[in-house]
Amino acid sequence: MRKAEQLVQGVLQGNRRSIAKTITLIENNEPEAPKIVSVLYQQTGKAHVIGVTGPTGSGKSTLIEKLIRELRRRGKTVGVVAVDPTSPFTGGAFLGDRVRMQEHSTDEGVFIRSMANRNATGGLAKATKDAVRVLDASGKDIVIVETVGAGQSEVEIVKVSHTVIVVLAPGLGDDIQAIKAGIMEIADIFVVNKADRQNADKSLSEIQAMLEMNTEKKGWKPSVLKTTALTGEGITELLARIEEHKEYLKKGALEASRKDQVETELVEAIKQKIAESMVEDLKRKGEWEKLKQKILAKETDPYSVADRLLRKLRRN
Amino acid sequence: MYTPEDIRHFDYVKDLGFPGEYPFTRGLHATMYRGRLWTMRQFSGFGTAEQTNKRFKYLLSEGETGLSIAFDYPTIMGYDSDHPMATGEVGQCGVAVSSLKDMEILFDGIPLDKVSTSMTINGPAAMLLAMYVAIGDKQGVPREKLDGTTQNDNLKEFFAQKLCIFPPKPSLKLSTDIIEYCARHLPNWNPISISGYHIREAGSTAVQELAFTLADGIAYVESALERGLKVDEFAPRLSFFFASHNDFFEEIAKFRAARRLWAKIMKERFNTQDPRSLWMRMHVQTSGCTFTAQQPVNNVIRVAFQSLAAVLGGTQSLHTNSFDEALALPCEDAVRVALRTQQIIAYESGVTDTIDPLGGSYYVEYLTNKMEERATEYIDRIDAMGGVASAIERGFFQKEIADSAYKYQKEIESKQRTLVGVNDYTVEKDWVPMELLRVHPKVEEEQVARFQKMKKERDNRKVKEVLDKLHDETDKDRNLMPTIIKALKAYATLGEITEVLRTVFGEYRELIVV
Amino acid sequence: MSTERKIRVLIAKPGLDSHDRGAKIVARALRDAGMEIIYTGLRQTPEQIVETALQEDVDVIGLSILSGAHKVLFPKIMGLIKEKGIDDMLVFAGGIIPHEDIHDLKKIGIKEVFGPGTPTGVLVKFVQENTRK
Repeated sequence: MRKAEQLVQGVLQGNRRSIAKTITLIENNEPEAPKIVSVLYQQTGKAHVIGVTGPTGSGKSTLIEKLIRELRRRGKTVGVVAVDPTSPFTGGAFLGDRVRMQEHSTDEGVFIRSMANRNATGGLAKATKDAVRVLDASGKDIVIVETVGAGQSEVEIVKVSHTVIVVLAPGLGDDIQAIKAGIMEIADIFVVNKADRQNADKSLSEIQAMLEMNTEKKGWKPSVLKTTALTGEGITELLARIEEHKEYLKKGALEASRKDQVETELVEAIKQKIAESMVEDLKRKGEWEKLKQKILAKETDPYSVADRLLRKLRRN
Repeated sequence: MYTPEDIRHFDYVKDLGFPGEYPFTRGLHATMYRGRLWTMRQFSGFGTAEQTNKRFKYLLSEGETGLSIAFDYPTIMGYDSDHPMATGEVGQCGVAVSSLKDMEILFDGIPLDKVSTSMTINGPAAMLLAMYVAIGDKQGVPREKLDGTTQNDNLKEFFAQKLCIFPPKPSLKLSTDIIEYCARHLPNWNPISISGYHIREAGSTAVQELAFTLADGIAYVESALERGLKVDEFAPRLSFFFASHNDFFEEIAKFRAARRLWAKIMKERFNTQDPRSLWMRMHVQTSGCTFTAQQPVNNVIRVAFQSLAAVLGGTQSLHTNSFDEALALPCEDAVRVALRTQQIIAYESGVTDTIDPLGGSYYVEYLTNKMEERATEYIDRIDAMGGVASAIERGFFQKEIADSAYKYQKEIESKQRTLVGVNDYTVEKDWVPMELLRVHPKVEEEQVARFQKMKKERDNRKVKEVLDKLHDETDKDRNLMPTIIKALKAYATLGEITEVLRTVFGEYRELIVV
Repeated sequence: MSTERKIRVLIAKPGLDSHDRGAKIVARALRDAGMEIIYTGLRQTPEQIVETALQEDVDVIGLSILSGAHKVLFPKIMGLIKEKGIDDMLVFAGGIIPHEDIHDLKKIGIKEVFGPGTPTGVLVKFVQENTRK
């Protein structure tokens, strides 16, 4: 456990090697990982976490690069977790998001980490949330999480972020249609990037129209704005909106959203722990294979088995 | 086997025509190599301007008929030799040219009205052309006599060669500035060499090379038209640059199809009147990426076949690679073998006695038709995407090329494709008959010292003045050639000028497509 | 829960040259062999490469260069790797590198140098056999 303690100390002091090693432990789900995360958990909650999502080609990475630049100019430290998909066929992944941010790689106030989602559902790596915590605990003022938004599955980003930015670009019109169902609810800020292109205004008004129709979301009314990340136009305004949203959260919404997040996370943790222990138990007793055979033979079904297991658990 | 069946609808006049006649399948000129051989142009440059000047004089004395300058990476990327990014790179892969001073040394004793010079330069093409103009002025050579080519094909940089400095829009603007300036002031200069070579070297197929190059050509014509030029004012000076790869007949068909397709595009799409606007004048280089580091002498044979294909395909100009290039920069002996290869084809093989000797071959005509058809399909797709610029933004070319490159590599590894000396017929120990050329680390020191001395001695007040003016003109979106010439004459450096442009245009960051 | 270790590889391009065909083919082959590839893009300084390796905590660094500047840049990179204490990472190189330089490069800690024509299978095997996992 000495190694774990050293890593925790290192992370809390902002040591880059320790941060990197800790994230690797978490990613690989090493035995020390849960302990480290739970110690670090006490030290989190200071960073503002911004989720950035949107389809391929919308210019997310360039936008983030410009955000980093402006945040650094204002003296803020920044952590970035860039998530890319793992190939379901080979298990490999190509992580190329940081190419656009490379000029910040040698800046002491910036830490960038690429992660493959390792086939976690929801598009977000399982370990993403904990990686964000590590960066938070290491003292970063802002942590940005980047994911490729393909649609429905992206709602996961809400669970790790305080402010969610959905980035779109004109000319990707079909994509707007395709992903709107998934992203309407999650965006706190919509950005129409590549605003120097034709039809930027059209995209803008399309989104506004969609928002008009969607009256379900209460409280915060999502902002919509244009940027041209390539030239940096609109970045200052985007940061102002992020700031506004942060203020809004401070007035109580943050508490509520944190409670929501804690709740989801608690439920998931319980699910995972109990399921794991039950499965292990069954395997140890040699019942696992038998159960599977019975289900295959249609003698019983997964739900009946689960019900029976739960009753047994309650009795104990 | 191929028979008349494979070219059933073949129409001699429509599909081939006579040499020198539309659609130029058989060659641009009526007499072809019987009248005049192709230009033997060896790409060279390394170390300091003095060293390359010596190599140029050697090549001219050995019978070369045109110069072709290779610049080092700092020059290509618009950095002066003393820039931190230039560390370790100065003079390595070409000659270092940071200011007019270096260019003066490079052309010392070489009268510009007696040679034609090709410069492989894109992002900073305007600056290097401006230096050439300035040297011409100093030598008292009238500008209309300056003969040569600037590669100046910035579009292909974004998806093939990837030596980009500025974003696509200003890059295309700079290319167009040169096209416009040459149309008005340098009637004998080829302002652009629209290049498939790098597309192919990046891993494309022959069809992709052909299609993407012609698509780029269309984009340049459109850009110059938008600038207000008339098509016949600049189209005759557009030139092209292709690779000659291993597949002998496919390459010959590619060159023939390229000429025919371009002529059709110019006639049908752009409605040209001047017959010379229909000409696709091409330079060909043997394909460096076919070279193997294993048994390097085998590369001599590859070059021989590839250059024969270029000649049978009717090229205007040819560079033959030196067999040691998979190992290092070519040494003098290897360069001579490369040049001799061209001379043997020209003077011994007899292939130059007959014009388009393969014309009418069932197979070659069939293949020429196929190349044209498949390239046209690609061009239609690119048109549908909204042209080259939007195709670049979507990563279309990048993806196509990366896929082809990967497929080729896999074919070699699975031995579907035999690469002699690599996946078959291998040997334990390679035979390299000569010493490799090494660029001495001292070169960087010397170059930087000379450069910094020059900067101290020039009139720095004047430099600042002219750079401010350049900033102003860039802001106002004027044609930058005249001011760049002035700036260089005042010994403003390549890096300083590029920096001014970077400030206004921004810097390009690549789109990664794997 | 099972541990899910993956070999993480940084493919980096120092130097000013833009020949990324080889680097990308290598990246793709390693990815197809189930590894996670972090790509830096072109023209990276030694500082950027080493700092990226550190933040990404990779197991392997692959350097690709064809500009001839390896004699200056590689020693710089290897020096920084030592300085930052990440010399447990496996480093290999590829590109146009004269045979006579290879000995010197191995002396400074570059495990292997691969020239043009190396089958990707050889590389994949090399990485798999030389990583601790």
